[in-house]
Amino acid sequence: MHAIVQPSTKPLTSNPSTTIRSALQEPLWLKITLIAIALGFIFLFLCLPLLIVLFHAFAKGVGAYWEAILQPDTLAAIKLTLLTALVTVPANTLFGIAAAWAITRFEFRGKSLLTTLIDLPFSVSPVISGVIFVLLFGMQGYFGEWLRDHDIKIVFAIPGIILATLFVTFPFVARQLIPLMQEMGNEEEEAALSLGASSWKMFFKVTLPNIKWALLYGVLLCNARAMGEFGAVSVVSGHIRGLTNTLPLHVEVSYNDYQTVGAFASASILAGLAVVTLVLKTLLEWKQGNR
Amino acid sequence: MKSINFISYKQIIFALVALLMASTQALAERTILNVSYDPTRELYKEYNPLFIKHWQEKTKETVEVQQSHAGSGKQSRAVIDGLEADVVTLALAYDVDQLYKQARLIPENWQTLLPNNSSPYTSTIVFIVRKGNSKQIKDWSDLVKDGVSIVTPNPKTSGGARWNYLAAWAYALKHNNNSEDAAKAFIGKLFKNAAVLDTGARGSTTSFVERGIGDVLITWENEAYLVLKEFGADKYEVVTPSFSILAEPPVTVVEKVAKKNGNEDIAKEYLSYLYSKEAQDIIGKNFYRPSDKDIAAKYAQQFPQLELITIAELGGWNEAQKKHFADDGVFDQIYTGGK
Repeated sequence: MHAIVQPSTKPLTSNPSTTIRSALQEPLWLKITLIAIALGFIFLFLCLPLLIVLFHAFAKGVGAYWEAILQPDTLAAIKLTLLTALVTVPANTLFGIAAAWAITRFEFRGKSLLTTLIDLPFSVSPVISGVIFVLLFGMQGYFGEWLRDHDIKIVFAIPGIILATLFVTFPFVARQLIPLMQEMGNEEEEAALSLGASSWKMFFKVTLPNIKWALLYGVLLCNARAMGEFGAVSVVSGHIRGLTNTLPLHVEVSYNDYQTVGAFASASILAGLAVVTLVLKTLLEWKQGNR
Repeated sequence: MKSINFISYKQIIFALVALLMASTQALAERTILNVSYDPTRELYKEYNPLFIKHWQEKTKETVEVQQSHAGSGKQSRAVIDGLEADVVTLALAYDVDQLYKQARLIPENWQTLLPNNSSPYTSTIVFIVRKGNSKQIKDWSDLVKDGVSIVTPNPKTSGGARWNYLAAWAYALKHNNNSEDAAKAFIGKLFKNAAVLDTGARGSTTSFVERGIGDVLITWENEAYLVLKEFGADKYEVVTPSFSILAEPPVTVVEKVAKKNGNEDIAKEYLSYLYSKEAQDIIGKNFYRPSDKDIAAKYAQQFPQLELITIAELGGWNEAQKKHFADDGVFDQIYTGGK
């Protein structure tokens, strides 16, 4: 920054560069204060809670930590969380690509409505997202009796949890891709087609390489939310231990059972999954920046 | 190179899915689901293995019992909405009644199918204070004094909270020549002192114990003694008031669901075995008042004697619900008025 700043010898003129310079040259105390506030804030609201989670998780030693994690209910919760992510993330990836493609490559009636609808899960409270499915598929809901007669379980079972998660993580991939694909335009794709490539070949050789970073970024965000969702899943779960409790629900259950170590051990796994996701995200950004 | 990567990625996913499928298939035996309210977690954790052993000895079949716990009203709602409970063990008869009224999942006369109004155990409502009892809380009348901060769950969502409320109501009636206006004023003052209204009994315990809110927690007797056991008798004291309510948490087989799942035999035995001496002993150990006379005598020292009023003397749950907890009922009048 210092390299840019050169002492001006000329008398004051209306030269715009002088105002820019002085705006960049903050006094030292201000810089330090701002940095201290930012770091302090991050420490207080991000690092400290994470440290407390780890502190409580290991409060009774590493042995108790592993014992808590290896409990059947905890393992079942981890499994269910992974299964949910495994189903919802690929499904929403496909949907996100399809939606972004439709919105940026075609002109059709109701396009802006579709764009708004994709954002709906962001603007609706997760609890509502859960209640929607109870109202639809619950016994008192529109399809409840039919589902029962055909012996299909949706709410208070794994399909309901997956549906609710699918709903709340709906927008992530599409939201990442739409602005990028709009900016990109379709010249390269048209060129590929006019040179005789098939549509699939065009997609894999031209479109996908162009959007892959944004796509991966969207997938990571989607994954983080799919694993961490509490509200919507809580409504449709039924809280059956070892069966329909995901990790976030299991954290609450253990805490209410006075099993502090168990609760914080499960929380530490969730935090660990989040940290892995964040590290991957940072790596991606770094790689993308280097290109 | 790329295609090789792609295949191995697919294989990893396939392997993971196969693993998940395999592990869920391993549990191929009959399973029943007990949908219960908040404070019974520890009780059923201890009872279920006893029942599984009993059923195995009786039939040579290994069964599994799954548990779900939350606020009583919320659980009743979930079962009505399709949570497939084979048995429910809830906090009060009104919540069980809804299974008949809203969804016809149980017969109308469900409460006559098992002894003691289908309540294998009873409890009552007591107070828990921080060691030393600095606010000198001895009875209900001490709760309405200025500067006393109370923790109780919300009667709209919590079964325990409705027992709390009705115990206070009955106390106020008794000490004011049955004047309902005086009782309303009493309850109004009491809820004005409430620092927080959680949705369930366990949430209130957490507010009082772990978050350190309030001078006194109004709660189930079993929950109060559990707090002493979990967090130390050196930190908390249980205060038994002079007068309280006989809380009868009822149990019933959800016939429609149990029949459909082919679990009716296990579900019935699961509940009637709660009345056996072995089960009653576990019940006493978990600070519920046993209904079996011999076992009750064994645990008599654990439970202080006090005057108890029954819900029937207060007109039954349907009337209490309509009068106090329905929209625009007494609770709505006093709570919005108390702000």
